[in-house]
Amino acid sequence: MSMPAYFTLKDKIWYYAFRVICFAIFFFLLAPILIMIPLSFNAQPFFTFTREMLTLNPEGYSLRWYQDFLGSSSWRRSIQNSFIIGIAATVVSTTLGTLAALGLSRSEMPYKGLIMGILISPMIVPLIISAAGMFFFFSSINIAQTYLGVVLAHAALGTPFVVITVTATLVGFDQSLTRAAANLGASPTRSFFKITMPLILPGVISGALFAFITSFDEIVVVLFVAGVEQRTIPREMWSGIREDISPTILAVATILVMISIALLTVVELLRRRGERLRGLSPQ
Amino acid sequence: MAMADATDQIGTETDKRGRLVTSDGTPLRRALERANRRRKISAFLLVSPLLAFILIFFAFPIAQMMWRSVDNPQIVNALPRTLDALQDWDRTGLPDERVFAALHADMLEDLDRERRDQKIGPLGIRLNYELSAARSAISRTARDVPNFEAPFRDAFVDAHRLWGQPDLWRIIQREGRPLTLSYYVAALDREYDEFGNVVRRDENRRIYVSLFGRTLALSVAITAMTFLLGFPIAYYLSILPMRRANLLMIAVLLPFWTSLLVRTSAWIVLLQQQGVINNTLVALGVIGDDGRFSLIYNQTGTIIAMTHILLPFMVLPLYSVMRTIPPSYMRAAKSLGATPWTAFRRVYFPQTLPGIGAGGVLVFIISIGYYITPALVGGQSGRMISNEIARHIQQSLNWGLAAALGSMLLVGVLVLYWLYNRLVGTDSLKFG
Repeated sequence: MSMPAYFTLKDKIWYYAFRVICFAIFFFLLAPILIMIPLSFNAQPFFTFTREMLTLNPEGYSLRWYQDFLGSSSWRRSIQNSFIIGIAATVVSTTLGTLAALGLSRSEMPYKGLIMGILISPMIVPLIISAAGMFFFFSSINIAQTYLGVVLAHAALGTPFVVITVTATLVGFDQSLTRAAANLGASPTRSFFKITMPLILPGVISGALFAFITSFDEIVVVLFVAGVEQRTIPREMWSGIREDISPTILAVATILVMISIALLTVVELLRRRGERLRGLSPQ
Repeated sequence: MAMADATDQIGTETDKRGRLVTSDGTPLRRALERANRRRKISAFLLVSPLLAFILIFFAFPIAQMMWRSVDNPQIVNALPRTLDALQDWDRTGLPDERVFAALHADMLEDLDRERRDQKIGPLGIRLNYELSAARSAISRTARDVPNFEAPFRDAFVDAHRLWGQPDLWRIIQREGRPLTLSYYVAALDREYDEFGNVVRRDENRRIYVSLFGRTLALSVAITAMTFLLGFPIAYYLSILPMRRANLLMIAVLLPFWTSLLVRTSAWIVLLQQQGVINNTLVALGVIGDDGRFSLIYNQTGTIIAMTHILLPFMVLPLYSVMRTIPPSYMRAAKSLGATPWTAFRRVYFPQTLPGIGAGGVLVFIISIGYYITPALVGGQSGRMISNEIARHIQQSLNWGLAAALGSMLLVGVLVLYWLYNRLVGTDSLKFG
């Protein structure tokens, strides 16, 4: 995008002004997230840059908030909980979601629109309403404040993402491949694991990652359904922000940003691989 | 026979009536139907585990919660005799002795029940929603009931003055039905007057209608802000070469993937009175130390933080639409004599409308039901309807009212979603 030679002065001003505006907006998007990284190394319990930090004096920096984070038993338990609940919920929602997507992408599927609507409803209904409903229901069947309750709730919230990503992968799936496998004598199970699964795997994995991040980041349902034993990282952050806000929050935030960067990279790589495999991308 | 031989060679046969049959003799039409049905069933079997899971653990709990907004068993269960005796009360003055005797009998019976089956406790909670102090009146009276002697009317009124108020009796009579609309009446800032008509509440007790209004206004403001900020960068990304666009897209996707609480705490850090923005402005001398802006714990905080959180939901659909608009249209418009502004307004902008619609409805739907960010940075003036629903579930324990507010919110969101679906179709929902 270089500037064409015929640009008048007004065009030139507009050309630069537009880019300045755009970069200001990109700055607005990124700066709040990135600014927490240096602040999390603050040696003082403040949420702002101290004089020592600005002059790059090593004494202005410390790892004390990271020590605080890793040294506290409630934070450690929350890390454990987040992973246990996230992984269990992901397994449930990925299994059920992938099966459902396989059924939904068949042309013979009856009432497709209605069923799709029901299956993706957890994504549309405001979380506060889902959380309230689950709170009452789970209390009545005695699984509120248990791991099982939180896992089932998070699995329900994660399935729409699996259904949507896997269905999208199956749009480009060539059905004649499974017919060919059947023709050559493969059982439906065998042709699923040998033919279908490897081809839709990128979609399944990115759906699973979406389901995991949904659970990992979820807080509203946790507030209502989880007990003290099941507190996850967002739940601890919530108490941290509401009760005694300390820069430990920033250390946690920095670690979580690193995790999101890793996940973002994986999903992007998978998307490209998937497009290449299905021949959708010109590259 | 020559006919049959010929068809044999291509793998089909006909029966005596000339219909096509398969090799085992079933008519082809029926065999096809059967195969089709089998495929239909197998497709449905694949979907059914998830469908059952969502119906049991998601749809049913929500339906059950919505039921709470009209469910009204407490008075009917606790006071069957009293309600019977109240039937011919003329709603003026106090009910007669017969009603109080029935009330005495109802309350005595409750004392014999096992503790977990007792009905008077829930009754007190239920009546308290309509008339504060009703709960303490009932629990205090319940203790003394075994010692009451006729005339019961005086005994009850002596035990607590509330029993001598016709208001309480009108409520018992009105709400002595298994279903009620009173939670919706309360959710619309209305109440029943002494004649049983629905009237508006006193000005200082109206909360929810203005809260719904504020929620809508904040959602519109947030949607407008995401549009104003999202449109330029989506356009910029769409005119860049693919490789550079993908690189800059990280700026949009990283916030999208970053934990909600991380982003909310980032704004707390930035916007506080002693935060980065205020400190920078003071250091630069733009404002004095005592003139620090209050950017957080009010509506400004909610709007800024939520605009940041929801901006990717506007940019992604806009970008995917803008990528498909051929640049030659704008060039054609300009070469036909349109000024850049006219070309943009008449040619480019109308083609982005599907993206604006999709992003706008998406952002609006999400923000209208948002809970976390308003709760953390909204303070009192930035609260939204979700916060009030949570308060009624967790603190005031008025679950019926919470359910009524929630049902209204849910219906609103579903209508919007239906519009969204009409506009763009669910297929366009993609992530990342």
